[in-house]
Amino acid sequence: MHQTFDAALGINLLHANQEGADHNRAHFDQWGITCFNVMSSPGAGKTALLEKTLAALSPEIKMAVIEGDMTTELDADRLRQYGVPVIAINTGRSCHLDAKMVAGGIHRLAHDYTPSEFDLVLVENVGNLVCPAEFEVGEHVKVALLSVTEGEDKPLKYPIMFQEADCLLITKTDLAPYVEADMEQIAANVRQMNPDVTIIPVSAKTGEGLELWFEWVRSHIRVQLFTNSTQPRQPQPAA
Amino acid sequence: MHETDMTKALIVTVQDWWESQPDRPHISQVHLTVGQFTCVEPMSLQFAFEVQTRGTFLDGAELVIRETPLIAFCHRCQKEYRPEVGIQYACPVCQSPMEDILSGRELKIDRLEYSTDSHSSTAQSVHPT
Ligand SMILES: Nc1nc2c(ncn2[C@@H]2O[C@H](COP(=O)(O)OP(=O)(O)OP(=O)(O)O)[C@@H](O)[C@H]2O)c(=O)[nH]1
Ligand SMILES: [Mg+2]
Ligand SMILES: [Zn+2]
Ligand SMILES: [Zn+2]
Ligand SMILES: [Zn+2]
Repeated sequence: MHQTFDAALGINLLHANQEGADHNRAHFDQWGITCFNVMSSPGAGKTALLEKTLAALSPEIKMAVIEGDMTTELDADRLRQYGVPVIAINTGRSCHLDAKMVAGGIHRLAHDYTPSEFDLVLVENVGNLVCPAEFEVGEHVKVALLSVTEGEDKPLKYPIMFQEADCLLITKTDLAPYVEADMEQIAANVRQMNPDVTIIPVSAKTGEGLELWFEWVRSHIRVQLFTNSTQPRQPQPAA
Repeated sequence: MHETDMTKALIVTVQDWWESQPDRPHISQVHLTVGQFTCVEPMSLQFAFEVQTRGTFLDGAELVIRETPLIAFCHRCQKEYRPEVGIQYACPVCQSPMEDILSGRELKIDRLEYSTDSHSSTAQSVHPT
């Protein structure tokens, strides 16, 4: 005797991932860490940007990197030269990082270091324009990169990452003249779906725009510190 | 690729529900809503679901996908419009950016259809073959 029933779930398909992201964010908040999720298509310049960022900001901001690229040890080794903890995550054949993978990285960070000493965790996502934006990893801020060589239409064709980004870096601006990239058009295309995004053209090669990016990083760590009123952080007195 | 991961996430969520049911019912249909403005391709999802549920508690269950179109609301015009995905997202009348998405971002498990065997509910250790 069979009876058929209906169970109304109304649960987001990514429910399990969202719970994992909340878990990660709770760790970050507890330790006073801001987390940036850095996303782009393959080769847009994520690792190059992180290298410049670590080199310039590590004296003033205590950073760690969670490296989720599939060419992982290569990228991780490039970043380790800056004396910053780099936790490489084996993403297998996944085309994006998910919350669980990043949790593994966070727990390792907490095990090997004192996590509350860190201000900023930079997560380099798998190079992919399509789905990383759909899988939160517990970040406070989404940073998207689009290189000038990819074409102005990419934000229209792969809109979700660009729609959700808090900051868009238009990278490799040194190459713009060679590929006749129209930066205004790129910006206009992104603003069609994300009018409030901060857009910064940068070149890791010439250094153009990097100061603006560093300033953006600084201000977004401070926002986090001010709003996280349960744990006000004081500057450490010099020893 | 990512549909495989989406399907994994889907199965985990349904499994949580299934394991919370004392009688572990037989699930015959999983109803999903998939918005047009997501990274999910319904055909790939169907395929991945079929492959990944084989031999599991969801073996033979049917995945029913309802697609929802991208619909935005323009505050200046006080009007709904349908952006052309891949081409234009701003309001076609006044060019205001797309800000309020009314539909198209859904990735939701709406409901499950399941059956329980009224005999086995009192004799759970007897597994009918
Ligand atoms: N000309 C120029 N080349 C750059 C710039 N930034 C990165 N590149 C080059 O672009 C290539 C890819 O850069 P990566 O930093 O590895 O890019 P990525 O996004 O980390 O790549 P994946 O992790 O593989 O997705 C390398 O050959 C870099 O040297 C830039 O500003 N200008
Ligand atoms: Mg890289
Ligand atoms: Zn934990
Ligand atoms: Zn993916
Ligand atoms: Zn309008």
